Amino acid sequence: MDILEQIRPAEGFPSGGAQTGIYHYDRLDREFLAARIATFREQVERRLSGALTEQEFKPLRLMNGLYLQLHAYMLRVAIPYGILSSTQLRKLAHVGRTYDRGYGHFTTRQNIQFNWIALEQTPDILAELAEVDIHAIQTSGNCIRNVTTDQFAGAAADELIDPRVYAEILRQWSTDHPEFAFLPRKFKIALTGSPQDRAAIKLHDIGVLTTRNAEGIPGFTIYVGGGLGRTPVIGVKIRDWLPAQDLLRYMEAILRVYNASGRRDNLYKARIKILVRETGAAKFAELVEREFASLSGERFALPQAVVDTIHARFGAPQFETLPAQSGAFDAAVAADADFARWTRTNLHPHRVPGYASATISLKPIGGIPGDATADQMDLVADLADRFSFGEIRVAHEQNLVLAHVRRDDLYELWQKLRQPGIETPNIGLVTDIIACPGLDYCDLANARSIPIAQAISARFADLARQHEIGELHLNISGCINACAHHHVGHIGILGVDKHGSEAYQITLGGAANEQAALGQLLGAAVPAEAVPDLIERVVALYLDRRMPGERFIDCFRRLGMAVFKEAARG
Amino acid sequence: MVETRPQVIDATGRAIDNGWTQLADAAPLPAAGGVILPLARLLATAEAVLPVRLGVLLAPGDAPDAVAALLHRLGVVAVSFPKFRDGRGFTQARSLREHFGYGGEIRAVGHVLPDQFLSLLRCGVSTVELAEGQDPAVWRSVLALRGGLDTRPVAERPLPLLRRLAAPIGIE
Repeated sequence: MDILEQIRPAEGFPSGGAQTGIYHYDRLDREFLAARIATFREQVERRLSGALTEQEFKPLRLMNGLYLQLHAYMLRVAIPYGILSSTQLRKLAHVGRTYDRGYGHFTTRQNIQFNWIALEQTPDILAELAEVDIHAIQTSGNCIRNVTTDQFAGAAADELIDPRVYAEILRQWSTDHPEFAFLPRKFKIALTGSPQDRAAIKLHDIGVLTTRNAEGIPGFTIYVGGGLGRTPVIGVKIRDWLPAQDLLRYMEAILRVYNASGRRDNLYKARIKILVRETGAAKFAELVEREFASLSGERFALPQAVVDTIHARFGAPQFETLPAQSGAFDAAVAADADFARWTRTNLHPHRVPGYASATISLKPIGGIPGDATADQMDLVADLADRFSFGEIRVAHEQNLVLAHVRRDDLYELWQKLRQPGIETPNIGLVTDIIACPGLDYCDLANARSIPIAQAISARFADLARQHEIGELHLNISGCINACAHHHVGHIGILGVDKHGSEAYQITLGGAANEQAALGQLLGAAVPAEAVPDLIERVVALYLDRRMPGERFIDCFRRLGMAVFKEAARG
Repeated sequence: MVETRPQVIDATGRAIDNGWTQLADAAPLPAAGGVILPLARLLATAEAVLPVRLGVLLAPGDAPDAVAALLHRLGVVAVSFPKFRDGRGFTQARSLREHFGYGGEIRAVGHVLPDQFLSLLRCGVSTVELAEGQDPAVWRSVLALRGGLDTRPVAERPLPLLRRLAAPIGIE
């Protein structure tokens, strides 16, 4: 059978300019995906027949996003730099409904996971996803993973370049890269198009920050060796400014040094952060620069024509010419206090006058952070079609974003969002909790995360009080693998095993942005039931001592840990 | 002493005459033929005039720089994979081709899977030594499935756009 027959183009997809934001595939891209699926189908057959051992099959299934968990396979589907069309989101809803238990879980790397997958069905799932140009390639394994960027890419007012274009170039470069598929360990790259870091780039193996050089030309500042897990490290800068055309050449150089020299004797010391630490950042930078110099600049430079061609493959929204102010919006804010509250947290400035980006919270009070039902996904897809050029973003904070909403339409959008699960006006607030699945689902965990998130969320349920507290990032991980990035939460909570029972360590002062910092330990681990009270005391001290307009993190930095330790003792 | 040499396939997956004997550190040199020596032994013997053809076996931790000056005398460079998950050989092969312009045979030896065949070729490997019991037909079928025998111009192959556009300038 012609492998292309396995992938029928979905009706109306892509429909010219109707689907914006995503990178549009052509026939040959689809042939590539079809060949990948055919290969994987054959590998699954070899595994099912016993021709491949589990040990041999493992890296092959991981290349296709398939994990084996305690009770079932888990499929992690790539959402390149977190951007989906409504057609794609509906397909994800369909997969959740048909092959899983009716929902999906959006991750801190802007992907989606399905937790109850049967091995023999995975080639069919992948073929269904390929109908809408989605795949699960390199969402696991010791290879270059999904490149992430900020959820307001292409929309944010402060952007210097559109990071989607370079993220897509990195995606194509790293997909099926012949040299870097068997690295010492997994490898994560994050890129942001503005000097404001909304992609936590210093917590990635490579972080790319867009900056201007002395002549005002936008290029990239390169950080390397960031990461959390059991050895949390903030990435170090190894290049002040790199011309945009040299991005791939520099990536090749870093990856080569890592592939040749990264440790392979110990799983826990195999990430690039350990190589950077053991080599020394300056020496490591020197090795990279030497490799960089030896790669032909002419050969590895990205021609502007290539960048432009790839840029042109993104559907561009046809924005209307609108006044910056919206009378309808201002009137609704004045008339409806609930709407006004939502606008204070869930909107982000847009580069085009008369538009805003709206965040849809997946953090309902008492809910499971990042989970969305198939019905919710379908609804968000409909809203995207109606209000945002059919485009949806996944934020690394595990929320969804409609990037381009007319300010005139925001009140109507908000009214349609007033449904359980997606209505909460809490973006950036204490209940916008990032949490891992924890011991309820994950066999690596030491302690449960979800019930702690639910208890804290319930304690701070009062919206007026949340808004009074203001920006406060709270992250909960169920073990030291730090999937919820607890080290960089303003308040971080880590589940530990204390003499056979679950206990929780609290850290304060972490940050994931361009001022990235690791949190400091507040004190000894406490039992689950003591956590909300402890958080309450920390917040009470902040409210008591803050200066006008001072955020929690700034107040913490000013006052220092000792004051908070004192307050925590009660 | 008669020994059975491992089976070797070329870049199309067809079995070819092996032509080389891998020698351990202390094993005596044969009177003729081709031998693949460990790096240290090659460096120690390189000055001598020998009746045999020379090749080298790079361990995963060996830097290709170490043989750079000798490449013109080598008929084969073997890059080794102690486990298929250890991908250092890919970088060694590419360094040999791109940094040192080595045009001779690069042979993958050790634990490699048919599923890695195309990546090996794209990194510059030209032959693969198969483990006992491995069937060249499986390697050929994997290659065919992944477009390795695709003879269309790069611009018409099922590759990401970047690779189609950038193939002439060599970005992988």
